[in-house]
Amino acid sequence: MIAELGHYALVLALGLALFQACVPILGARRNDASLMAVAEPTAIAQFGFVAFAFAALTICYVRSDFSVVNVFENSHSAKPLIYKITGVWGNHEGSMLLWVLILTTFGALVALFGGNLPARLRANVLGVQSWIAVAFDLFILVTSNPFLRISDPPFEGRDLNPILQDPGLAIHPPLLYLGYVGLSISFSFAIAALIEGRIDAAWARWVRPWTLLAWMFLTLGIAMGSYWAYYTLGWGGWWFWDPVENASFMPWLAATALLHSALVMEKRDALKVWTILLAILAFSLSLIGTFLVRSGVLTSVHAFANDPARGVFILAILVLFIGGALALFALRAPMLKQGGLFAPISREGALVLNNLFLVSACATVFIGTLYPLALEAITAEKISVGAPFFNGTFGPLFVVLLVAVPFGPLLAWKRGDLAGVAQRLAGAAGIAGIAAAVVFAMEGGGPILMPFAIGLALFVMTGALTEIVERTGLLRVPFATALLRAKGLPRSSWGAAFAHFGLGVTLLGVIGETQWSLERIAELKPGQSISIRRYDLSFDGVTSHQGPNYRELAAHFTVRRHGDLVGVMEPAKRSYPSRGTATTQTALLTRGLAQLYLSLGEPNADGSIAVRLYYKPLVLLIWLGAVVMVIGGALSLSDRRLRVGAPKTARSKAALTPAE
Amino acid sequence: MRLLLIALLLAMSFAAPAVVAVQPDEVLSDAALEVRARALSKELRCMVCQNQSIDDSDAPLARDLRILVRERLQAGDSDREVIDFLVARYGEFVLLNPRFSGHTALLWVAPAALLLIGGVVLFVLARRRRKGSETGSAEQVKLTSAEQARLSEILDQRPS
Repeated sequence: MIAELGHYALVLALGLALFQACVPILGARRNDASLMAVAEPTAIAQFGFVAFAFAALTICYVRSDFSVVNVFENSHSAKPLIYKITGVWGNHEGSMLLWVLILTTFGALVALFGGNLPARLRANVLGVQSWIAVAFDLFILVTSNPFLRISDPPFEGRDLNPILQDPGLAIHPPLLYLGYVGLSISFSFAIAALIEGRIDAAWARWVRPWTLLAWMFLTLGIAMGSYWAYYTLGWGGWWFWDPVENASFMPWLAATALLHSALVMEKRDALKVWTILLAILAFSLSLIGTFLVRSGVLTSVHAFANDPARGVFILAILVLFIGGALALFALRAPMLKQGGLFAPISREGALVLNNLFLVSACATVFIGTLYPLALEAITAEKISVGAPFFNGTFGPLFVVLLVAVPFGPLLAWKRGDLAGVAQRLAGAAGIAGIAAAVVFAMEGGGPILMPFAIGLALFVMTGALTEIVERTGLLRVPFATALLRAKGLPRSSWGAAFAHFGLGVTLLGVIGETQWSLERIAELKPGQSISIRRYDLSFDGVTSHQGPNYRELAAHFTVRRHGDLVGVMEPAKRSYPSRGTATTQTALLTRGLAQLYLSLGEPNADGSIAVRLYYKPLVLLIWLGAVVMVIGGALSLSDRRLRVGAPKTARSKAALTPAE
Repeated sequence: MRLLLIALLLAMSFAAPAVVAVQPDEVLSDAALEVRARALSKELRCMVCQNQSIDDSDAPLARDLRILVRERLQAGDSDREVIDFLVARYGEFVLLNPRFSGHTALLWVAPAALLLIGGVVLFVLARRRRKGSETGSAEQVKLTSAEQARLSEILDQRPS
């Protein structure tokens, strides 16, 4: 019954979405306030119905109702409750429902907090947002319905893929989807602006917080996914340039570019057309990512051709939305007036450079990801484009960008003084140079790239702090005064400093991990030990025990450093009888910023076991850097400027003029 | 036949519990050769996996390829000869870093080309802009009467 109610709620949500997709936009065209005003309650109701459908599916999972096909295929009665719940989005149908849930959540948020938006803009934004909802509601109902029943219900389910039964993967998809789908708001704003044919600085002020929010979730989601891959897959890698990863990375690059260009638009009323285009591109890349992951086209072009219903549907959505948006853009963009002139050497100029490199990097990832598919479709020739290609092309682009990062925030708007900024960055460059020299000396020569990279990371980090240090007078005035001044700095300045600092931190982690990582591969018998750096691991033996829905074989290692006990590591192998599959559980031991990483291979007949042991210095910085970036985003989001100012005048006007 | 073999290998890789990539018994005693083998392995694709190098993969096919690479190295092949041998056997698909050729030219040239085109467009736009600003403010838009009215409304509202 509950499944049917969920199904019905989803159909009703589709009806509401259709209504919201037409009426408010019609109202905006006719300037009819009552037609426009239906948008908000409808958006909230739409969210309510989708949330109900989602809750209904979750209840089916929690109750292990195997008469529902989706539950039967992806759940098991012995599964821990948390994985019964996360199993809801651990499969195609459920994850699409989550997609729509987040889409309507954002719509409802705009309806709730968009009170100070100009009425026509709000109506158009909610209308466009609802077009997307219509497309994906239909997609679920037509090709991926999670509420279908089995006529002859089985007693037990097939269980969720064991590799997905992990806390990391429980929260990774929702975070990533919040990011992907959050970009739909920027998209809707862009399309609404094009429909109206006018756009101003207030528009940018409105779009930036939403983009920032989506960007924060996307950053967290990608970092989370990376950490999950690192500890799950068992060979210590944290980024593979896998198409699925690229699918999330491209929107991130585009969103990062959008954040920066919207800044120019907000402050200087320039780059309008470009910002609109970026907003369209960022969400288009989210859609393309969804298509790549959901259509099965990645596994092979043939798998896609064999079961094309879903793929073709998403492809149609892609063509309709991206094509339509770009066509509208081509039609309306010339009408948008450019404002705010600036010299090439200026804050605006630096942000344009940032956009040029970010978009080129994004395009490189795009081409690298899709080239093999296109080539195979056209010539039937199969090639691979993997990590070495991306490192060789994306890497250099990003290095140039990173060198430029510290300069941007220090340049003045309109006309900057490059020599002056270089002088102000002398301290940062000095620290970076010393660090590079120390590394060079420590390594005893070796490839020059390595000290350079370390120096670059420190330059980005110290460069990010330069502005804060200067503006608070940290090194010149008493500390208390500096602290007082620090409190007075706008949060957005702190935000930029944190975000750029985090970028440097991640870079430092990446370099440390790739260059100084140590690896040992060995076959050990109980009682034997293995050493790496200054750590000795002795293999105490193997035990096996029963988990809720798996059997586990755990190996016990005692870790000592110079004879002192540091800890124990217990890597394990789990086998899940319900699916006949096994997973490897890596053991991690954190030492400061470094980690010991131990994973198990095959146990042999003679009682020995193959192990892979890594010592990974600085590795935690990779993800901590991402967290620092997100903190920067949150600081920027909390800036007063985004809450008061231009939008507020719109509100006071609404308060002054009674309903028309 | 080969398809059948691959299918069989694939089935086995699912049936057998996961094994860690490079196995202890594969490691060569010659450290220099082993380093070369590891570097080569990172450039070669495990063809039955999704975007994994044979260095990372735990599939049986990847193991066979790793052993094959080591055998060729021990037989005295240069890195290039090992790569050529594998490409002759398995096609370009085995290379994670595609070689520059007619079919991959676009792939390799695109990043630099995009950056260059973007740079040129920006340069031209900036120049045109500067010229436009020198010739006067013809582009400066006057306020519409509605906007003018709104402006004075705002100015009037100001607390005195």
